[in-house]
Amino acid sequence: MNYEALVQHLMFGVTLGCLYGLVAIGYTMVYGVLRLINFAHGDLLMVSAYIAFFGIAMFHLPWPVSFAGSVVLTGLLGILIDRGAYKPLRTSPRISALITAIGLSFLLENLALVIIGGRPKSFPMPSPFDGVFVARGIHVPYLSLWVIGITGVLLVIVLLIVHRTRVGMAMRALSRDVETVRLMGVDADRVISFTFVLGSALAAAGGMMWCMKYPALEPFMGVIPGLKAFVAAVLGGIGNVAGAALGGLLLGLAEILIVAIKPEWSGYRDAIAFGVLIAILLTRPTGILGEELPE
Amino acid sequence: MSVEASPYRAHVVRDRVLSAASLGVLLLFLWYADSHFSPYSIRILNVTAIFIILAVSYNLINGVTGQFSLEPNAFLALGAYTSAILTLTPAEKARTFIIEPMIWPLSDIAVSFPVSLVAAGLVTAFMAFLMAIPVFRVRGDYLAIVTLGLGEVIQVLANNLVPVTNGSLGLKGLHPYTNLWWAWGTCIFTVICIVRLVNSSYGRAMKAVREDETAAEAMGINAFWTKTLAFTLSGFFEGLAGGLLAHLITTISPSLFTFFFTFNLLIIIVVGGLGSTTGSVIAAVLFSLGGEWLRAVEEPFTIFGYTYSGVPGMRMVIFSVILILVMLFARQGLMGRNEFTWQGFFEWTRGLAAKIRRQE
Repeated sequence: MNYEALVQHLMFGVTLGCLYGLVAIGYTMVYGVLRLINFAHGDLLMVSAYIAFFGIAMFHLPWPVSFAGSVVLTGLLGILIDRGAYKPLRTSPRISALITAIGLSFLLENLALVIIGGRPKSFPMPSPFDGVFVARGIHVPYLSLWVIGITGVLLVIVLLIVHRTRVGMAMRALSRDVETVRLMGVDADRVISFTFVLGSALAAAGGMMWCMKYPALEPFMGVIPGLKAFVAAVLGGIGNVAGAALGGLLLGLAEILIVAIKPEWSGYRDAIAFGVLIAILLTRPTGILGEELPE
Repeated sequence: MSVEASPYRAHVVRDRVLSAASLGVLLLFLWYADSHFSPYSIRILNVTAIFIILAVSYNLINGVTGQFSLEPNAFLALGAYTSAILTLTPAEKARTFIIEPMIWPLSDIAVSFPVSLVAAGLVTAFMAFLMAIPVFRVRGDYLAIVTLGLGEVIQVLANNLVPVTNGSLGLKGLHPYTNLWWAWGTCIFTVICIVRLVNSSYGRAMKAVREDETAAEAMGINAFWTKTLAFTLSGFFEGLAGGLLAHLITTISPSLFTFFFTFNLLIIIVVGGLGSTTGSVIAAVLFSLGGEWLRAVEEPFTIFGYTYSGVPGMRMVIFSVILILVMLFARQGLMGRNEFTWQGFFEWTRGLAAKIRRQE
């Protein structure tokens, strides 16, 4: 592989990795706070993409309005999911919440199928995202720059929230000991709601960029990115925001580079994440940046 | 919580006779159905048996051992492919594999149906064992995501390992070996095995792990091996079900084994009552009969002059809503964690009779 091709693949890998990372942050925050795998998180990607799609294609809104609306609505859906389905089960056995989570995921997918239909729709690309420039023989789509830039900004914002604000402190404390946090007078439910808003909004941002990169919208489009984002979160160390972004980046790079080096393996691309998950569970279950949690 | 004590030692003989008698009635019914029922009804009976096998073994890992898993579609696919590859004759394989010829040792092997079923069970159990090691070393949490991923990976493999699976074309023209006797024979075998297991010391260890892993370990139970055992056995029986299913529908392809299967089974064990084998059996029967009936919501029909043009996916919307509502408001399901016992049955009928008398 020559130099240009390598840089080209690295760039695609980073772009894909950023998308995984954005979704992974939501997974990792919810898991950190509630110890719950929120299976519906991947489907928020699909919901946000459809909202943005209908905003642009049906209501002819300008794209920034439509995108912002999608982020807000998906964030609200996040709260709704938590309040409606997870909150009543906080004190019941963990398996109940997990079953509800998978039920919600299936409900979102099939509601979309019933309401919108299964025929894939193509996402209209707003003009600032459309186009490619060529520098030194490397093709750089504007979208890739947007994805990398937006991910970087959002990651910094989330890290600041988690590490520099009171609500962030409460989130980190909740992941240690819920009861003690309640005793300290913190309204745990509000913090959890905030976690869901933040995670869902990030998934929405990821979802819209995902469907500009892979412009086929269909009700089950969130399943595979959701699964891979979870693997990314485990890879980086579940519960750790920076780790989720790092895990996403590594997973994206691994997928693109392995297929670039061995094109005949392209059919197995979706299996790579699974191999990574098994390997990480066998060798370092706490992930790259994860710390040993007290059992 | 109490781990159930072995129920009512006093009536062992009576219970055995009653159990044997009901088994006899079931066999008589099957014998009658075999010669008098329409092929469609027989097919539903076969599907019912397969669903019972799946539900009872799925309940073993989810309900009895309390480890949330999403494996059935993966294991069903694995069992179906293993069994189908083994029963096709070399000539049929040569005819089916038109994109790429099948790789050598498999292309010349052909075994009888029962041998292929056992092989399907063993291969699936081995896969379950391999998955259990990385997952249960850590915590049960990851089991769900690993098994969900496995379902996707098996589809990827079935699509891409063309010399083994014939890719997206799938395997066609399997012999319809699965009849009432094979399906219900395997079903009865599975239920007896799992009931006996759940009532053994291994089963009590599984329930102890479900309730409190740390406490169970303190009592000397090896939680890792207990969970691995439960998952491997689930895998074995789900592999058998896969083999039966393949030879019932006679055509299998990668797209057949989607997550829908797993979701249906999750509904079954949740509605039946997580942890109750009896509940799993009842819910599986209700589901296989009711599922046929619910198909109607996806087809057009007219009710009170209002024409409803069927909606694809509606059945799954209804199922997901049922699942969520049961989890939120009726987590006990039909049976809670109770099991059918003859003693309990008699007490229930006596209570019912007393109630009726009081009303008179």
